[in-house]
Amino acid sequence: MAQIYFNHVKEGMELPVLEKKTTTRQLVQWAGASGDFNEIHYDKPWAEKTGLPGLIIHGRLKAAFLGQLVTDWMGPAGTLKKIDVAYRGMDFPGDTVKCKGKVVKKYTRGRERLVDVEVWTENAKGEKTTPGTATVALPARR
Amino acid sequence: MAQQQKESVITPEMKKWIGVEGPPTIYEVEKGAIRKFCIAVGDTNPLYLDEEYAKKTKYGGIIAPLGFFGTPVSSGAFGQQPYEVSLKRVLNGGTEYEYIKPVRPGDTIISTRKITDFQERDGRLGRTLYTSSETIYRNQRGEVVAIGRGTTINY
Repeated sequence: MAQIYFNHVKEGMELPVLEKKTTTRQLVQWAGASGDFNEIHYDKPWAEKTGLPGLIIHGRLKAAFLGQLVTDWMGPAGTLKKIDVAYRGMDFPGDTVKCKGKVVKKYTRGRERLVDVEVWTENAKGEKTTPGTATVALPARR
Repeated sequence: MAQQQKESVITPEMKKWIGVEGPPTIYEVEKGAIRKFCIAVGDTNPLYLDEEYAKKTKYGGIIAPLGFFGTPVSSGAFGQQPYEVSLKRVLNGGTEYEYIKPVRPGDTIISTRKITDFQERDGRLGRTLYTSSETIYRNQRGEVVAIGRGTTINY
């Protein structure tokens, strides 16, 4: 896997977009893998009965997508220190969830070279449904 | 009825639980569970899946993906409260994780969760309760490996 170095990072730089074509099957896999068996993610009549427009994608699955966006970008020598996400908008199985990110700040703290990245998932309408921020430590240079 | 709906859903019984650490959830990290997690996410990073590759990285072996905390590890505690909430529908409002040490297959993760705050508002889903919580994850050596913070929404 490719490695990115601190000195190559610029504020405003965009992360390569990670696209996730979601399916109900994937939500069932996630339910099994995560232990989150809330029916709103796989039982459509149940979801509708609770007032939702249909099945919705697990928030934590979207958080995991954003985690992958960041870890793919930072490479094996990078370290993800922190990630936070807010579940603002619902996404639905069948949707393509676009995971995007942008470097907002690079700085050093002690001996660590840190980069703050703004991350979000975007739906087909271009709305940010899961905005968040991540902090990674990167190696200095090759 | 209208009068009743304006009453606070945050009961004195609930307030007593703020800051009280819940029972520990014990989770043994297995390679198979890591693999299932990666398949569900569609994350093919060999650091989580390929021992030979992972041996050559700074970790010296497979680690659990960072998103592995949260639901897989603390599912036992998720949504289970020692108090009654009158609003029965549950959504996840947001999550934050600080990663302190890598977690490897074979590790035992002990997580403890506590409620840190309750807030209520009238939103587009009607009366809505926001429950903030903090979960500390420790490994079998007692080292803190991660700290999670989250908001649960009841409506």
